Amino acid sequence: MSTEARAGHFPAVDWSGGTLPYRVGHRKLGMWLFIVSDSLTFSALLMGYAYLRASNNWPTPFPFYPSIVFSSVMTFCLLSSSLTMVFGVSASSRGDKAGARKWILATIFFGVSFIVLHLIEWNHLIGEGMRPFFLPEHWVKVFTLADGTPPTPLFGATFFTITGLHMFHVATGAIYLFVVAMRVNKLKHEDVEISGLYWHFVDLVWMFVFPLIYIMSVDMHGALGH
Amino acid sequence: MAAHAEEHFAGSNKLFISIWGWLVALTLVEIFLAYKTMPIHIMLTILLGLSIIKAALIVAYFMHLKFERLSLILTLVPMLVICICLLMVFFPDSFRSSGLRYQFKESPPVAPAPAEEP
Repeated sequence: MSTEARAGHFPAVDWSGGTLPYRVGHRKLGMWLFIVSDSLTFSALLMGYAYLRASNNWPTPFPFYPSIVFSSVMTFCLLSSSLTMVFGVSASSRGDKAGARKWILATIFFGVSFIVLHLIEWNHLIGEGMRPFFLPEHWVKVFTLADGTPPTPLFGATFFTITGLHMFHVATGAIYLFVVAMRVNKLKHEDVEISGLYWHFVDLVWMFVFPLIYIMSVDMHGALGH
Repeated sequence: MAAHAEEHFAGSNKLFISIWGWLVALTLVEIFLAYKTMPIHIMLTILLGLSIIKAALIVAYFMHLKFERLSLILTLVPMLVICICLLMVFFPDSFRSSGLRYQFKESPPVAPAPAEEP
C-alpha cells in the first residue's frame, strides 16, 4: 500500500527524503509561497488604505458611469479569464496541448481587455483632475464637511498605488501566460498549472480591490452632479 | 513519472462554470449594495464577507487547493489569515488620529475668506 493512499496522515517516511511530502513539486510549492507573500503585500496596502480612510474625511466620488460600469465589466473580464485559465489547465492535464494553448490565449485576451479598460478608466479620473496627491477642485468643494474639514488628497495616492500595483500584476501575468502558451509543448503539466495559480491569484486580489476601492467610494447621492 | 502521462486534475468543466456563475452573481450583489444606503460598517462587513466567500471559491476550486493534501492547506492558509489579522493592530491608532486632527473653527485656509459667523 502506497503512502498516497493514506494522504492526510503524516507518515514518517514522507519527511525522510526522496518523496514530495506535500504531493506537489517544488516549483508549485514555490509559487504557493510567493502567492502567500504577495497576498501580504496587497493586505498591507489595503490595510494602509483602510487606516487612512478611517482617520480622514474620505471623498466618495465615483459615478455610476464611467467608474462603476467600467470596473464591473473589468471584474467580469477577470472572472471569465479565470474560467478560461481553468479550462486551459484542465486541457493540459488531459495532454491536450493545443487546447491548453487556445484557452491560455483566451485568458490573455481577457487580461489585456482588463488592462485596456482600466487605463481608460484611469484616463477619465486623470482628466477630471485627480492626481496622487491632489483632488480635483470641484471634489474638494463638494466633499468638504460642514465644520470645514476638507477631503484628504491621499485618495488619489491610495487609488493609484493599489490599482496600479494590481494592474502591474495583470500585465506581468499576461506576459507570463504568453510565454507558457508559446512553450506549452515543452512544458510539463505542472508548469501550466503553476501559471494558472498565479493568474487566479491576480483575479483573487481584484475581488478585494473592487469592493473596497470602487464599491465603497460610490457617489451615491450624485453629489458631483453626474 | 512516465507512468503518469495523464496528470490528475479533479473537477469537471461543469463544476468550474457553476463556480464562475456564483462569482458573477456575488459580484452583481456587491454592485447592487453599492447603491443601498446603510451605515458604513455594515456595508464594509457585508462586502468583505462576500469578498472572502469569493476568494475562498477561487482558492478552493480554481486554484485547486480543495483537492490538495491537507498538510499543504494547513501550511499555507492559517498563517496567512493570522498575519492579515495582525495587521489590524493599527486601527486603534487610526481612529485616535482622526480625533487629533486640527478642527477648523473657521473655513479651511484654502477657501476664500467667508462672511463672519454671528
